[in-house]
Amino acid sequence: MDKFEKLTGVAAPMPMINVDTDMIIPKQFLKTIKRSGLGVNLFDEMRFDDDGNEIPDFVLNQPAYRNAEILVAGDNFGCGSSREHAPWAIKDFGIRCVIAPSFADIFFNNCFKNGILPIVLPQEDVDKLMDDAQRGSNAVLTIDLENQTISGPDGGEIAFEVDAFRKHCLLNGLDDIGLTLEKAGAIQSFETKAAQERPWV
Amino acid sequence: MSPKTLYDKIWDAHVAHEAEDGTSLLYIDRHLVHEVTSPQAFEGLRMAGRPVHAPDKTIAVPDHNVPTTPGREDPSNMTADSAIQVAALDKNAKDFGIHYYPVSDVRQGIVHIVGPEQGWTLPGMTVVCGDSHTATHGAFGALAHGIGTSEVEHVLATQTLIQKKSKNMKVEITGKLQPGVTAKDITLAVIGETGTAGGTGYVIEYCGEAIRDLSMEGRMTVCNMAIEGGARAGLIAPDEKTFEYVKGRPHAPKGAQWEAALAWWKTLYSDDDAHWDKVVTLKGEDIAPVVTWGTSPEDVLPITANVPSPEDFEGGKVEAAARSLEYMGLKPGTPLSEVEIDTVFIGSCTNGRIEDLRAAAEIVKGKKIKEGMRAMVVPGSGLVRAQAEEEGLADIFKDAGFEWRLAGCSMCLAMNPDQLQPGERCASTSNRNFEGRQGRGGRTHLLSPAMAAAAAVTGKLTDIRDLT
Ligand code: SF4
Repeated sequence: MDKFEKLTGVAAPMPMINVDTDMIIPKQFLKTIKRSGLGVNLFDEMRFDDDGNEIPDFVLNQPAYRNAEILVAGDNFGCGSSREHAPWAIKDFGIRCVIAPSFADIFFNNCFKNGILPIVLPQEDVDKLMDDAQRGSNAVLTIDLENQTISGPDGGEIAFEVDAFRKHCLLNGLDDIGLTLEKAGAIQSFETKAAQERPWV
Repeated sequence: MSPKTLYDKIWDAHVAHEAEDGTSLLYIDRHLVHEVTSPQAFEGLRMAGRPVHAPDKTIAVPDHNVPTTPGREDPSNMTADSAIQVAALDKNAKDFGIHYYPVSDVRQGIVHIVGPEQGWTLPGMTVVCGDSHTATHGAFGALAHGIGTSEVEHVLATQTLIQKKSKNMKVEITGKLQPGVTAKDITLAVIGETGTAGGTGYVIEYCGEAIRDLSMEGRMTVCNMAIEGGARAGLIAPDEKTFEYVKGRPHAPKGAQWEAALAWWKTLYSDDDAHWDKVVTLKGEDIAPVVTWGTSPEDVLPITANVPSPEDFEGGKVEAAARSLEYMGLKPGTPLSEVEIDTVFIGSCTNGRIEDLRAAAEIVKGKKIKEGMRAMVVPGSGLVRAQAEEEGLADIFKDAGFEWRLAGCSMCLAMNPDQLQPGERCASTSNRNFEGRQGRGGRTHLLSPAMAAAAAVTGKLTDIRDLT
């Protein structure tokens, strides 16, 4: 997995609540057997019209935000399905960090597995960053994972929380499966015990 | 010992390792796999040269994008990209030696219907699948939830998941339901009450008289939509109905093993003074037949209500409601019972079981669907389909003008050719009314099977109580 240490990039504002996974990546793009190449389909139905032309109003189509690396959004971001195509598309587009007052559970987990940092902040802080993000190409934020801070264009700093284990994995680009297989012994003893206690499973 | 909730008990029985900060390796008893969220996981295993850790506990079935029309065993009758995903699953199941139900098998169907039907889902288990509606299996008192593809790969490789424990939430539905009110109305009413993020961070246990009174099918409908309320999982404590349903299923324990299992299953309930982090109580008699009016499952109203106005809401919801109404093409103040429908979809893992088809057939029996209406019934599995044919339900639907399809997810997510056209309005028994969910520009109203059947007959959203 790619490491995530420090990120300085343009933040795109998406002041909507309940941005769901069908919006992030509509199902017609789930028919791939690969993880890559989904960025062109990110937010497809909001980004392109029926003929495949860009809808100029959509935030990621505006010149200032075409290279956004950070997304600032409303409550309950990523609700809906478990499709990991959603974070794959976000990452493939070039976005490495999403900031919102709350996230849906599965999406939140999926981000960490793909080197994306989802940050939960109180509504006031999100409102302030949304304001910053609306300043177009001046909307540059710096996310420092080690120190758990976000610095805005005017130099102000906001601290954020992140689970210690997940932070460690992101900072070091650690692969979960490799980490778990180090505990193969514990899994095996669990299986032996469970086979006695619940042999019907 | 301190009192525990049902969730606490299942969790404790499955922790294979716990780190100091509470990050745990949770052992997984059943892993269900389908064609859309698994190819990248198997590819990952191949690249790392890893086997499937417990192929015996892994069950695969194609459901999400398969056509529901005859002749689908022949891949040339599928769209090219669907055929590739199904072929990948065929191959992965074979190469890695996992249980498999191909489209040609009568037991094929939606993964969350096949699991319980075949007895793979049992009380007290941990069950995961790369699909958010895995919560369905919670109806058996199993801890069941959706996972992403990286986690699918993790479970395939290690039979565990890295998890932190969620909080406990109790949703109690007291008393009796009114006539015409179903499990679907309960689960939608709960989401209407808590919002789509109300359950985030929690595992819900549904309890109370109205839940106890539900059949296993109804309980599955309720748990199915726990995820729509944001919860990681929904659970119902197992009881005699559960044991009765499980007994004799192909993969359920038999003989002495059955007795041993039963003894443990009977300990699976929340202790009287267990701690709840959040409690929501609804009175069964207050729940009406409901429909959704917007593009979020929390946009729920009784069928007797009017389309709301954005001003009825606060905060971010004002703008969201305006956007929903625009997308749905609805005017505030219009009675919901006057909203005209052009498509009806009866099926999905929420409402594609035999009881759902019976409820719908009872409404359409001897009637015709409204002229110009497209209506389809997609049974949740080949076995549900066969049973419905045997009971004469299929003929009732066909005589009324419904299409009678083969099993699959179909128009629940419209990954196969069953899709809405832009602007088409659908009464659907599925679980998501997101923008574009059933086809780009399509408009979805979620409701119960009986209400969907009523809409097919009248051509409008209809109060089922006016029809019976
Ligand atoms: S029926 Fe719908 S919700 Fe259920 S598994 Fe299929 S796509 Fe998902």
